[in-house]
Amino acid sequence: MKYLTEFRNGEIAQCMAREIGSITTRPWKIMEVCGGQTHSIIKNGIDQMLPAGVEMIHGPGCPVCVTPLELIDKALAIAAQPGVIFCSFGDMLRVPGTDADLFQIKGAGGDIRVVYSPLDAVELAAKNPDKQVVFFGVGFETTAPANAMSVHVAKRRGLKNFSLLVSHVLVPPAIAAILESPGNKVQAFLLAGHVNSVMGYWEYPPIAEKYKIPLVVTGFEPLDLLDGIRRAVIQLEASTHEVENAYERIVTFDGNQPAQKMLAEVFEVTDRAWRGIGVIPKSGWRLSEAYREFDAEQRFHITGIHTVESPLCRAGDVLRGAIKPAECAAFGKECTPRHPLGATMVSSEGACAAYYNYGRFLSAEELATAGSGLTHA
Amino acid sequence: MPEIANDEDQAPTPFQSGGVPDFSNWTCPLPLVGYPTIVMGHGGGGKLGNELVEHLFLPAFSNAALENLGDAAVLNLPSGKLAMSTDSFVVQPLFFPGGSIGDLAVNGTVNDLAVSGAVPKYLSASFILEEGFPLAQLAAIVDAMAAAAAAAGIQIVTGDTKVVERGHGDGCYINTAGIGVLREGIQVGPRQAKPGDAILVSGFIGDHGMAIMSVREGLEFESQIRSDCAALNGMIAAVLDEAGGAVHAMRDPTRGGLASTLNEIAQASGVGISIDERRLPVRTEVQSACELLGLDPVYVANEGKAVFFVAPEAADRILAILRAHPLGRDAAVIGQVTAEHKGMLVARTQMGANRVIAQQIGEQLPRIC
Repeated sequence: MKYLTEFRNGEIAQCMAREIGSITTRPWKIMEVCGGQTHSIIKNGIDQMLPAGVEMIHGPGCPVCVTPLELIDKALAIAAQPGVIFCSFGDMLRVPGTDADLFQIKGAGGDIRVVYSPLDAVELAAKNPDKQVVFFGVGFETTAPANAMSVHVAKRRGLKNFSLLVSHVLVPPAIAAILESPGNKVQAFLLAGHVNSVMGYWEYPPIAEKYKIPLVVTGFEPLDLLDGIRRAVIQLEASTHEVENAYERIVTFDGNQPAQKMLAEVFEVTDRAWRGIGVIPKSGWRLSEAYREFDAEQRFHITGIHTVESPLCRAGDVLRGAIKPAECAAFGKECTPRHPLGATMVSSEGACAAYYNYGRFLSAEELATAGSGLTHA
Repeated sequence: MPEIANDEDQAPTPFQSGGVPDFSNWTCPLPLVGYPTIVMGHGGGGKLGNELVEHLFLPAFSNAALENLGDAAVLNLPSGKLAMSTDSFVVQPLFFPGGSIGDLAVNGTVNDLAVSGAVPKYLSASFILEEGFPLAQLAAIVDAMAAAAAAAGIQIVTGDTKVVERGHGDGCYINTAGIGVLREGIQVGPRQAKPGDAILVSGFIGDHGMAIMSVREGLEFESQIRSDCAALNGMIAAVLDEAGGAVHAMRDPTRGGLASTLNEIAQASGVGISIDERRLPVRTEVQSACELLGLDPVYVANEGKAVFFVAPEAADRILAILRAHPLGRDAAVIGQVTAEHKGMLVARTQMGANRVIAQQIGEQLPRIC
């Protein structure tokens, strides 16, 4: 059970929460970048354990949530074409486009496969030479190396029927965009540990220096998160702005060098639209010139996409940390996981879905008393 | 092990109880006119169909009601209330660590009857087979059904076979329906859970779903996880025999897992349910595999577990009865029913905080990262 139980020890967690309480003298607003961290915080009730002044703001690090609606509509259009095998990770299937989601396209006869690695999609391409196999490659730096490897392998094997519908986004430009947005409230960041496992954290000292803001590389287990929060609060109280690593068992300063080399070869930096946020300059990756032939957008020439976002959905405000999910008027009413208006309610990592699924439609008092009946030893 | 052919000296069945079968050294027992696979004629009601009945189903399921070969089975049942249930089985892959679609088809319906407070007696079995389906696999499935029926103490008394064209089915689908006799003096039902009731689960959760995941195409991972597929009527009878009056509701948490079952009962009974995550029995392998895939074991399917809602004063006694039964060795008290937060399932987390465990919308989907 190593790494499963030792970082979930309730007693140590209570201890750490008390320590955070004892060192906090002023209110602080800390953003956890990654949706996986949001999920863990809400699932484990870590925000309930923090002192009243320390507020967690949920960041934009949910790949499903920030993928532009236009790209999802393109994915649906490609997946609906005859002769196409469209491959995706599971949690993209339920994300609604303007008119449908991938499940509906599948029901209408589209050949849509859930794969667990983009290399499985390459294998499908090799086995189905008469089909066009497309992999929906979205995500942050974490998933990028495997996607890069897929086109690298496809090129090496001379596969002409494999392509990548790619929308990679990057954490550092997103942090800068949040810090520069008017009305920004975020005073420290917990960096997305799994992004740093690939990229290291050599990109971040200039950001900490420029914006005078503490950045703590943080993991995903309850004790990881509490340690990240603790270190952020210590820095905030001391008015320092260092990049710290609270996820040393996984992350090094340099990161995974072979992966970074592969990324530099396969991808190049580009402007990217973030759903709910807008275009952030130099905030994503697209396939580099040498691999452009594997770009599904070029191969399929989908045109005539007209996207319509729900006027009720405030996913953008949620992703920027401007509001909490439950502060959206549509939360839990027009917008539920069954009828999501925006991606933050669909994805398992979306902040709205986390709030809904773990019962944040209850008041704090209701939730606190909810488990009080547990007396049976 | 029941016969699946007339010849006693046939090659051994590939279905090793509980394992993934090995067909390499297996020869089909059927003296079929040259067909090693299902052809359309097997569903046509002619000679080929009769051969399936005569050489496969009859020897395997062997009982008097079936052997009459009438259009309907004629059954002797005691007077009183009957319970009836039906379920269809479309699992992929058909064979998985710990069982097969055949085990599920029998145990699933047996368990639905048992948790309703009935003593399961008779099952029907209908097969929808895809043209080209290997007869060796069908024989292994039928063999598993016969073994499961014998273990559960029930009889398969009527059945049907249809064949669909290649590409119109997934190899083999099975529907079973079952009849059971309601036990006297037992009042259980999903609406009967009461505030104060203790909630027990009969063992480790999530085994079946993760066993299936571990062999699903594209996801094969090395693991020791085996399906928990089993008939629960024996274990449930042990509880009801000794403490039947104290049991208010029972259910087998299959698809959607423990979370779905508890949510359903909370809603049906108009009560709140509180559980303690730290008391949930989850195997380390299952927990690890769930972590890897981003799944929550409370939503993962079980095929050999029961959840009991019992009067609080009887909880310890029922726990002891369960633990004395081979299928209930790892039973645990996991929580209780409350008059608060009606219709909702709330869990005390590992951290000592509380979270709602909501009903799932659809299948759990492995996430991106």
